[in-house]
Amino acid sequence: MSDMKRHGNDVAPGDGPLDEGDTEGVGAYLVGLALAVLLTGVAFFIEGTNLVWGPSIPVALIVLAIAQMGVHLVFFLHITSGPDSINNVMALAFGVLIVMLLIGGSLWIMSNLNHNMMSGDRTMQMAR
Amino acid sequence: MLGKLTWGAIPFDQPIPLIAGGLVGVGLLCLLALVVLKGWFPYVWREWITSVDHKRIGVMYTLLAMTMLLRGFTDAIMMRTQQALAFRAPGYLPPEHYDQIFAAHGTMMIFFVAMPFMIGLMNFVVPLQLGIRDVAFPTLNSVGFWLTATGALLANISLVVGEFSRATWLPFPPLSELAYSPGVGVDYYLWAIEISGAGTLVSGINLVTTILKMHAPGMTYFRMPIFCWTTLASNLLIVAAFPLLTATLAMLLLDRYLGFHFFTNEGGGNVMMFMNLIWAWGHPEIYILILPAFGIYSEVISTFSRKPIFGYRSMVAATMAICLLSFTVWLHHFFTMGAGADVNAVFGIASSIIAVPTGVKLFNWMFTLFGGRIVFAPPMLWSMGFLVTFIIGGMTGVLLAVPPADFVLHNSLFLVAHFHNVLIGGLLFGAFAGYTFWFPKAFGFRLHEGLGKAAFWCWFIGFYVAFMPLYVLGLMGMTRRMQHYDVPEWHPWLLIAAAGAVIILAGIVLQIVQLVVSFRRRDELRDVTGDPWNGRSLEWSTASPPPAFNFAVLPQVGGLDAYWAMKQPGEHTKEPAYADIEMPVNSPTGFICAFFATFMGFALIWHIWWLAILSAAGAYATFVVFAWRDRDEYTIPAATVAYLDRTNRRAREAAPVSITAAP
Amino acid sequence: MSASQAATAVSHSDAVLVTRRIIAGYGFWIFLLSDIIMFSAFFAAYAVLSAQTAGGPSGKDLFNLTNVAIETACLLLSSFTCGLASIGARTKNSLWFYGAMTATFFLGAAFLGLEIREFAGLVARGAGPARSAFLSSFFTLVGCHGLHVTAGLLWLLTMMAQVLAKGYRPDIQRRILCFGLFWHTLDIIWVALFTVVYLLGVAQ
Repeated sequence: MSDMKRHGNDVAPGDGPLDEGDTEGVGAYLVGLALAVLLTGVAFFIEGTNLVWGPSIPVALIVLAIAQMGVHLVFFLHITSGPDSINNVMALAFGVLIVMLLIGGSLWIMSNLNHNMMSGDRTMQMAR
Repeated sequence: MLGKLTWGAIPFDQPIPLIAGGLVGVGLLCLLALVVLKGWFPYVWREWITSVDHKRIGVMYTLLAMTMLLRGFTDAIMMRTQQALAFRAPGYLPPEHYDQIFAAHGTMMIFFVAMPFMIGLMNFVVPLQLGIRDVAFPTLNSVGFWLTATGALLANISLVVGEFSRATWLPFPPLSELAYSPGVGVDYYLWAIEISGAGTLVSGINLVTTILKMHAPGMTYFRMPIFCWTTLASNLLIVAAFPLLTATLAMLLLDRYLGFHFFTNEGGGNVMMFMNLIWAWGHPEIYILILPAFGIYSEVISTFSRKPIFGYRSMVAATMAICLLSFTVWLHHFFTMGAGADVNAVFGIASSIIAVPTGVKLFNWMFTLFGGRIVFAPPMLWSMGFLVTFIIGGMTGVLLAVPPADFVLHNSLFLVAHFHNVLIGGLLFGAFAGYTFWFPKAFGFRLHEGLGKAAFWCWFIGFYVAFMPLYVLGLMGMTRRMQHYDVPEWHPWLLIAAAGAVIILAGIVLQIVQLVVSFRRRDELRDVTGDPWNGRSLEWSTASPPPAFNFAVLPQVGGLDAYWAMKQPGEHTKEPAYADIEMPVNSPTGFICAFFATFMGFALIWHIWWLAILSAAGAYATFVVFAWRDRDEYTIPAATVAYLDRTNRRAREAAPVSITAAP
Repeated sequence: MSASQAATAVSHSDAVLVTRRIIAGYGFWIFLLSDIIMFSAFFAAYAVLSAQTAGGPSGKDLFNLTNVAIETACLLLSSFTCGLASIGARTKNSLWFYGAMTATFFLGAAFLGLEIREFAGLVARGAGPARSAFLSSFFTLVGCHGLHVTAGLLWLLTMMAQVLAKGYRPDIQRRILCFGLFWHTLDIIWVALFTVVYLLGVAQ
């Protein structure tokens, strides 16, 4: 009795509202699988095609990846926007914020450093 | 068979570490012999080593921290005497030894003093303040502690077997790369920190989950004491920052062990990537340490002013703001290393902004004091000392956050003075405030007050005498980590600083004496009621020391300062209906896991591969055995609960408690 | 495992305490977020160092997208079967549980085999991790994910053995919940990995 799936307005991550009890939950996983296959397929397709304008490919790939991560979160990990999983979403938001700060900050700082310091070779040549 | 380990690893030519290590070793053996001969071993094993009780684990963390403080302080006073002597002279510490000492001092103080002290206090206090019986994952909590202890042990083994890192407390490449540090020193550092870092992460996850998911009935988020909030913020930062440390040090390990090129000079490696990643951990780390201290001051100042904390919600907002902002300032640790003006400006401004929530907190504490009936007990003295000292450290910090000023001051003793100013005046004073404040709760008797006050004044004065000269020296151009120097103007200031270190030493001696004297006079210092300071939050509503189950029945919380409300006249509740209580059973998992981790770390440092693999398998097997157990809780019968609770209730009713609030 | 601490408090009228399943799941969720942050450090290192080939081969010269596509398919399907296994555990349907767990294991092992083959091939071509900073960061990032998959496979086998020995106890159910979260998260990280490392690496 201490292991009820849901209590009050709280739910464990991974315990979706769809899959209480029996095998109904398979539906969600099937939808998730279909969407994920579609998004992956498109990603691999546009990488190797000439149908898409070249410079847009990296942006498109990143958008597709973010979409697919969203699909996984919703359909496999059952992280939803419902009131019962607000703590789970908040934790996720905190994690995503840190990831973006770290990767964005690192790229910015390091490109700036490289821009300033890589000229070292040229300075040396000029000094000669 | 034994990898790189030979007899040559033991530094027979260096008497200082050998004698120090020998003395510690003999001391440990004597302690072990005493425990075994007196027949205390079963008690120690049952009640401490295998305990999963958050209070016991908290006490052990604090004990580890205080022991390591002695080690770290020994390093400190050796550095101070070396610099006092080394004016146009070699001093008594050869450069390669001096380098190990300043690396060890920083490593010890941050990772094995500050961290375990704060984690210990959080572990002990938070479940009591939340009104619950244990943390979310009790056995994991024990694993976390023992892994931290493993890290400390490995770092100290380097004293007698091999050497410690000479590459400062954060192993900056390329100096820490194999080409420039071919010995095992950096490996000792790396494995000690990787293992204890895993322990810290575990403890962070545990406390975040505890605070967000486990409360007494009625204890909503905005009724939690400020210490719980700062603990939450601090542990969120642990969860977010420590993986970065693990990853960065893992990259350095791969460079050193397998010839990767993350931070090397050749192969396209980039040293600045290490600076970037390590400080992305390093700056949040500073807030990981200081935020719990802020929480302690909030509790202490509110209790000894007999007033609720001023501006509770602004305090919470400031805490959470610091939590997020701390991830946006890391570049200010390497302003001078080549970033452009725009990058420096952004991070400089962000660093100054973080002073705003800190300032909010300072004003809140002062307004809490204002109009209060202030009692100058030792915890309050530490807090007052903090208020004065931290403002100086904070202001020099804002100065250093200005990039042009940082270009002048970086790498100088001004910086050293600044961070000791905030770490001692902010963090360590907070740790001592918490230690004196919650000691009666943990052990059932108070610490001797006179000796406590004397210790405070020694620390307080000693701090100013030791570190204010360093500000001056920094402005005079003295850089940090100098083994010797020949500038006559510096010498007197370094002599003063050394004298300050001696005054601090007196403070430490007084603290040890205080502990011994208080233990011997424990009967007259007994805390019978469980509420020695006329406290406000729930930890004071139970006996001192609290029973294993903390609360006979979980308290019903109706607002802030839950216990203060409970003890108002007319609020005395009737005796509750007692019930059986289920508590988690003890487990040696943490200890055995750490045992294997110690061997694994040692084997990896010395390239003894078979032992490393064997130990890893042992640790995995330990967890499987743990997972296979059938019983994870034991029952404390209602009669025992009732007996313990009635005893405490009688003592509480008999004692004259003044519950007058400040006007 | 009778009434727990949580259950004791549930008897109080307005208890805020939650079930042990929620506590375990949430704690593990926090751990996974910290794991994702650790990966983000490796991603950051890769992003910064990926151009530093030190005169050696770049991603365009090395990566075989067919191999990556098969790896992706394996991991995606294993995530699906892992979902089926958690349904099997919740409904205590042993056929579902063991069947889906076995499928997950073989799909995961296939992924791992493909990855090891790729790594061995690279090393054999002289493009090992010590060749350049780009390859160091590549091997570390992808290898760290591979290590997680290895740990996951070990965990998976342990969970199957545990269910076999102990049945669907609540504590074991909690661990299966955590395992599911772990496995799905590895798939999410792989999505970032194949996009950033392989697809973008070849597209450049």
